[in-house]
Amino acid sequence: MLQPDPANAATHSDPQSSSPDSNGGEVAVAPHPLFRRNPLPGFGLGLGITMSYMSLLLLIPLLALMAKAAELTPSAFLAAVWSDRALAAYFVTFQTSLLAALVSATFGLLLAWVLVRYDFFGRRFLDSLVDLPFALPTAVAGLVFSALLVKEGWYGQFLVPIGIEGAYTKLGIIIVLTFVGMPFAVRTVQPVLESMEADTEEAASSLGASRWQTFRRVIFPALWPGILTGFALAFARGLGEYGSVVFISGNMPFVTEIAPVLIVARLEEFAYAEATAIAIVLVAGSLASLAVINWLERRSQRYAN
Amino acid sequence: MQIKHHHSARVSPAVPREPLWLRILLIAAAYFIIIGLILVPLIYVFYQALSPGWDVFWANLVDDHDTRHSIWLTMTVAPVAVVCNTIFGVAAAWTITKFRFPGRTLLITLLDVPFAISPVVAGLMFVLLFGLQGYFGEFLRDNGIKIIFAWPGLVIATMFITMPFIARELIPLMQSLGSDEELAAVSLGANPWQLFWRITLPNIKWGLLYGIIQCNARAIGEFGAVYVVSGHIAGETDTMPLRVEKLFQEYNNPGSFAVATVLTLMALSTLILKVFLEQWIAAQESARLKEGEQ
Repeated sequence: MLQPDPANAATHSDPQSSSPDSNGGEVAVAPHPLFRRNPLPGFGLGLGITMSYMSLLLLIPLLALMAKAAELTPSAFLAAVWSDRALAAYFVTFQTSLLAALVSATFGLLLAWVLVRYDFFGRRFLDSLVDLPFALPTAVAGLVFSALLVKEGWYGQFLVPIGIEGAYTKLGIIIVLTFVGMPFAVRTVQPVLESMEADTEEAASSLGASRWQTFRRVIFPALWPGILTGFALAFARGLGEYGSVVFISGNMPFVTEIAPVLIVARLEEFAYAEATAIAIVLVAGSLASLAVINWLERRSQRYAN
Repeated sequence: MQIKHHHSARVSPAVPREPLWLRILLIAAAYFIIIGLILVPLIYVFYQALSPGWDVFWANLVDDHDTRHSIWLTMTVAPVAVVCNTIFGVAAAWTITKFRFPGRTLLITLLDVPFAISPVVAGLMFVLLFGLQGYFGEFLRDNGIKIIFAWPGLVIATMFITMPFIARELIPLMQSLGSDEELAAVSLGANPWQLFWRITLPNIKWGLLYGIIQCNARAIGEFGAVYVVSGHIAGETDTMPLRVEKLFQEYNNPGSFAVATVLTLMALSTLILKVFLEQWIAAQESARLKEGEQ
């Protein structure tokens, strides 16, 4: 598909004009990009490696998932997907991910705001610590929060006596999911805030807007796509999260069992088809949130332009 | 889904400010969140591991055969996955940024899919393919190849989870660099080998390193996918994060936290490396900008 086309090769003999990134200069005379001569090597090799790697690791496994689910009769599929225990697990997954994403987005906005707008002692230190949940294995997060929240733990000794049980409850799940999801929320809002020009705010205040009005009417709408993207990323991460949750949730069916834990439980019973059916629901949910994220990103890019 | 790493040093000047009390309140809240959610848990890992004393801590790490083996296993699984993903990442970024071809957008979208799939589902997919009852199960058994509940399965699962990291870091970088230098080199007669090692690699090396560091951190810490394919056989297929969980299930808290400290130290080194690298990249960028001005 990238073979030199003799007709175009003549007009595009100099490499500059056939640069694949030169999307600004040529307008009417530009041939369709597919037929433009590209002198750079490695297309075949690069595409070959990329396609075989992605086929082996991604496409064939996804096909296996579909094929396994297709082995079930529709009624058996429905029975696996729509059992009381599965419904309870979806609900717990959805509820905790949603709440954790809401908390993450709120904390993320606050942290991004403080880290970008204010200069204070320890700012760089706090800024670096925000990334820790990206680097820390989720199992360690689950382990440490479950130890902190039991009644002998540093947090539990204060919280448990006043009736706040963190370990082995939904609250615990929400806390670890917030830990895991918050950096996404900070890091999507922060660049938007950094690149924001001061003049609109100055204009708003010189026209007599209060600081709060400026924030609500000028700053917040500009940050909104970033906040939403961070929210969606944290939510998607929460839907699939397993490592940290198994430590803290206690994994009680109908109460604190999340969908990934139910999949593992089915697998350990060697009920592969049922596990696959539940997995399909989970994948559909996460792909839907991925689609929303991509849509939001395109929208925010348009906004930025 | 790109999370932009930023090189923050500036505080926006001369913007209308909030009243002092509100600023102090917000900064205090930020301190509260980060200390409560990140710093205290970090310290608590070390506190829990070391509170029985150094001797016990050391014995927990070194005298336990299964723990020792888990450290060894993680050290062999993660690098293999990272090397494979580095080759893939460079190839994918090169193909996607230097060429236009049908299906290119689809390829970019597909790159994100491992981020969206639950690690447990990822593990399940490989069990369905390579497990005993899986589609290739019989073939593998007849040929004496073990993938699930064995080292290759751990590597494959880790590769899947960390697949997008390096490509995702390189694509925006190579897009912003453009192809002018490569095109000039080609027109001067550079062969593909020279082109890559002399032109492209020097241009992308810091971004590549950044991606490798992130990929490595995730590879070391991967839990869900590895959990499903490993069969958690102590002393055989337990990686460090799985060992943490097993010791926790056995009510061996000091042992569990001892392994967790090693993982935490790795995460901290990742973080420190990242901070240095970000400062280095920022310094290079500003140097390049200054050069441009002159």
